[in-house]
Amino acid sequence: MKLTGAEAIIESLKNEKVDVVFGYPGGAVLTLYDALYQADFRHILTKHEQGAVHAADGYARATGKVGVVIATSGPGATNLVTGIATAYMDSIPLVAITGQVAVPLIGRDSFQEADIRGITTPITKHNYLVKKVEDLPRVLKEAFYIARTGRPGPVVVDVAKDVFAASLDYQYPQEVKLRGYRPLFAGNSDTIDKVFQELKLAQKPLIFIGGGVNLSDSSEVLKDLIAQTGFPVISTLMGLGSLPFDHPQFLGMVGMHGTYAANMATTECDLMLGIGVRFDDRVTGLLSEFASKAKIIHFDIDPAEINKNVLAHLRVVGDLNWSLPALLQQVEVVSSELKEQVQPWIEKVLDWQRENPLTYEHDTELVMPQAVIEKVSELTQGDAVIVTDVGQHQMWVAQYYGFRNPRSFLTSGGLGTMGYGLPAALGAQCGLPERPVILFVGDGGIMMNCQELATAANYNFPVKVLIFNNQSLGMVAQWQRMFYGGRYSHTSLKGQHTDFVKLAEAMGVTGLRVTKPEELGIVLAEALATPGPVVVDIRTPETVDLLPMVPTGARLDQMIMGGTEG
Amino acid sequence: MKHTLAVLVENRPGVLTHISGLISRRAFNIESIAAGYTEEPETTRITIVVEGNEIEQEQVVNQLSKLVDVIKISDLTAVDSIQRELVLIKVKASMETRSDILNIVDIFRARIVDVNRETMVIELSGDETKIDALCQVLEDDHGIIEIVRTGKIALARGPIPAKDQ
Repeated sequence: MKLTGAEAIIESLKNEKVDVVFGYPGGAVLTLYDALYQADFRHILTKHEQGAVHAADGYARATGKVGVVIATSGPGATNLVTGIATAYMDSIPLVAITGQVAVPLIGRDSFQEADIRGITTPITKHNYLVKKVEDLPRVLKEAFYIARTGRPGPVVVDVAKDVFAASLDYQYPQEVKLRGYRPLFAGNSDTIDKVFQELKLAQKPLIFIGGGVNLSDSSEVLKDLIAQTGFPVISTLMGLGSLPFDHPQFLGMVGMHGTYAANMATTECDLMLGIGVRFDDRVTGLLSEFASKAKIIHFDIDPAEINKNVLAHLRVVGDLNWSLPALLQQVEVVSSELKEQVQPWIEKVLDWQRENPLTYEHDTELVMPQAVIEKVSELTQGDAVIVTDVGQHQMWVAQYYGFRNPRSFLTSGGLGTMGYGLPAALGAQCGLPERPVILFVGDGGIMMNCQELATAANYNFPVKVLIFNNQSLGMVAQWQRMFYGGRYSHTSLKGQHTDFVKLAEAMGVTGLRVTKPEELGIVLAEALATPGPVVVDIRTPETVDLLPMVPTGARLDQMIMGGTEG
Repeated sequence: MKHTLAVLVENRPGVLTHISGLISRRAFNIESIAAGYTEEPETTRITIVVEGNEIEQEQVVNQLSKLVDVIKISDLTAVDSIQRELVLIKVKASMETRSDILNIVDIFRARIVDVNRETMVIELSGDETKIDALCQVLEDDHGIIEIVRTGKIALARGPIPAKDQ
C-alpha cells in the first residue's frame, strides 16, 4: 500500500502492537504528528521530553513491553539523552523516534540540528539515521526486535524531516535479517552439567539474583530452583520483587546498603550462583575481596558481562528461561541430598538474619521515613507498583517496602537518575491503569521533573506521590556528614519557599501534608482513597542516616551498622 | 600481549563511529585499526591490534561482538597468518645522498615512488619490526620529513575465510 513515511511509522507501530506513545511535538516531527492526529493514535503529551522518555521507560518496566517515545530534532532529541542513558544502564527496551532536519540540511549546523545518532551511540543498544523513506519499515522492524530481544535496551531511530513526507510502497517485513545480531536463547548444555557438579560439592552455596530475573520474567522457575536446592538467596536492587521478601530463604539486598546477613553470606559463601547480575560496584564493595572464598558461576544472556567485573569460574551464557529450567531438571533428582548438605549453612545465615534485622530509630515526635514506607507497605499489602526517585529514600524503599511481585519496583539503579521517579510513575500507571502506583521521592528529586504533575492531572493518572521532605539533599548530605567533616556544601534546602501542597494544587493535583507521626496513617489512607493524582508532603527529619552502609572501597563485611530498636 | 583481530562488519554508515566509540569509552588499548572493503561489497573488514592480557582481550571481543553491525570477529593471533603493514616515508634526499638511500631501499626491498630535488618517497610493506627498522635507519642517516602508516592488516593462511572460522 502507498503511504507517507509518517503513515508508515504509525502502521509499523500498530504492527508491533504498540498502543501508546509518549512524546512532545516540534518542527521536524510536524508531519509525524499530523499522521498521529489523523490516525487517532494514543499519545501522551508530557511537559518536557525528559518526562516523555522516563514515562516510556516506566511503562516498559511495568508492562514488559517496549516503551516508545517521540521527540523533535535538536533540543527535543537531546532532552531524551538522560532518559535513554537511564534505560541503557538498566537494560530497558525503548524505541525513541526522533525527527532530524531534512536530508539536504544535515551537517550544516541547521536550525534545531543535533547529531543525535552520534550523541546516543554510547548509550544505545543500536541507533539509526533514516535518510531514505524505503528504509523505514526495515529499520523499525529491526529497532523493535533489537530493543526487546537478548539483553534488552534502548534503540534510537532518527528520521530526517523530508522522509516523513516522502511516499513509499509500504510492506512491513515479516522477519529481520541481521547478520551481526542473533540473540541466543539456549546456550551450551554441557555447562549446566558442570554447574550441577559444583552444586553437589558446595557446602556454603548462595544464589545471587539481579535485574535479569525481572527482565526475563523468570521468577517462577527461579522460585522452583530455590525450593529444590534449599540454598539461601540474596538480591541486587534491580532483582527485588522477583522473590517475595518474606521467602524463608531470602536474606534481602546485598551491597553498599544491603542487609548484614546478605553481605556476610556473600563474604563467607563457597559457591555463588550469580543469576542475571552484573556485579556493579555498589554491590561488590572492594572488588578484590568480593565473595573471595567462593567459586562464582555467572548466568547471563550477555556474554560481555562474563569476566567484566568479577572473574567467573563457570559461565552459563543464555536466556534464564533456558538455563534455569535446565538446571532445575537436574537438581530435582538430588533435592533432598542438597538440602541436607546445606542445612548447617542455612541455619547459620538465618541466624545472622534473625540477630541483625534492619532497624531504625523509632520516634514519637518525628515522622521517620522508614516508618512511612512500612505504613505504605501495610496499607497496600506489598502489592502496589512502587516507583522511586534516587537517594536515601530509594534505598529505604528497597530495604523496608517488602516487595512481593516481579516488575513491581521501578527505580533507576544503574544511572541513578534524579528526576526519574515522577514521569516513570506516570508511564507505569498508563500501562497498568488498574494497579495502584505509588511514587516515593525526595524534596530534591521531585523538583527535577515536577512539571509532570501537570501531566498527571491532565490525564488523571491516579499516581500517589509521597514526598519525603527533609529539606535536604539527604544522600549527599549523609556523605558530607560521614566523609567531608559535616561541611554541607549546597545540600541544605532549609529556608526554601516551595510549598509542595500549593505546587500540587496549582498543577491540578490534590495536595496533602503530614507533619506528625499520628497523622501518618490517616493521611496516607486518605491519599490512597482519593481518586486521581495526589501529592503528600511528608515532613521527615533532616538528619537521618541510611544504614547499614559499606563505605566506598571497603569489604562487604566492613559494614557500618546502626539504628537501634526503640 | 598484542592480539590481532579480524572484524567483519556491515558496510553501513556509522559503523566505524560505533566501533571507535566503543573502544574509547571502554578504555581499550588499541594500537592500530585498518578498514577496507572485502570480496563482498556489503562487508567491511577491520583489522584491530589490541594490547592487553587475556581477560582484557576477551572483553574487547565480547563488547565488539555486541555491536549489531559486527558480523564476526576472529582472533588471528594464534592462527598461522600473514600480517602486513604499508608505510610511505618522505625522506630528505639531496643529489649526494640519493645513492645511499637507494642502497638502503634495496636492502629492505622497499620501493622509491617519488623523487624531487630535496626529497624521496619510499614505499615499504612488511611486518612492524621491518618497517620500524627502515624508519630508524632513514631517520638517523638522512632525516625523515613525514611518515604515514596504514596499521596492520592480516589474513589467515589456508582455505577457510575468517567469516567461516
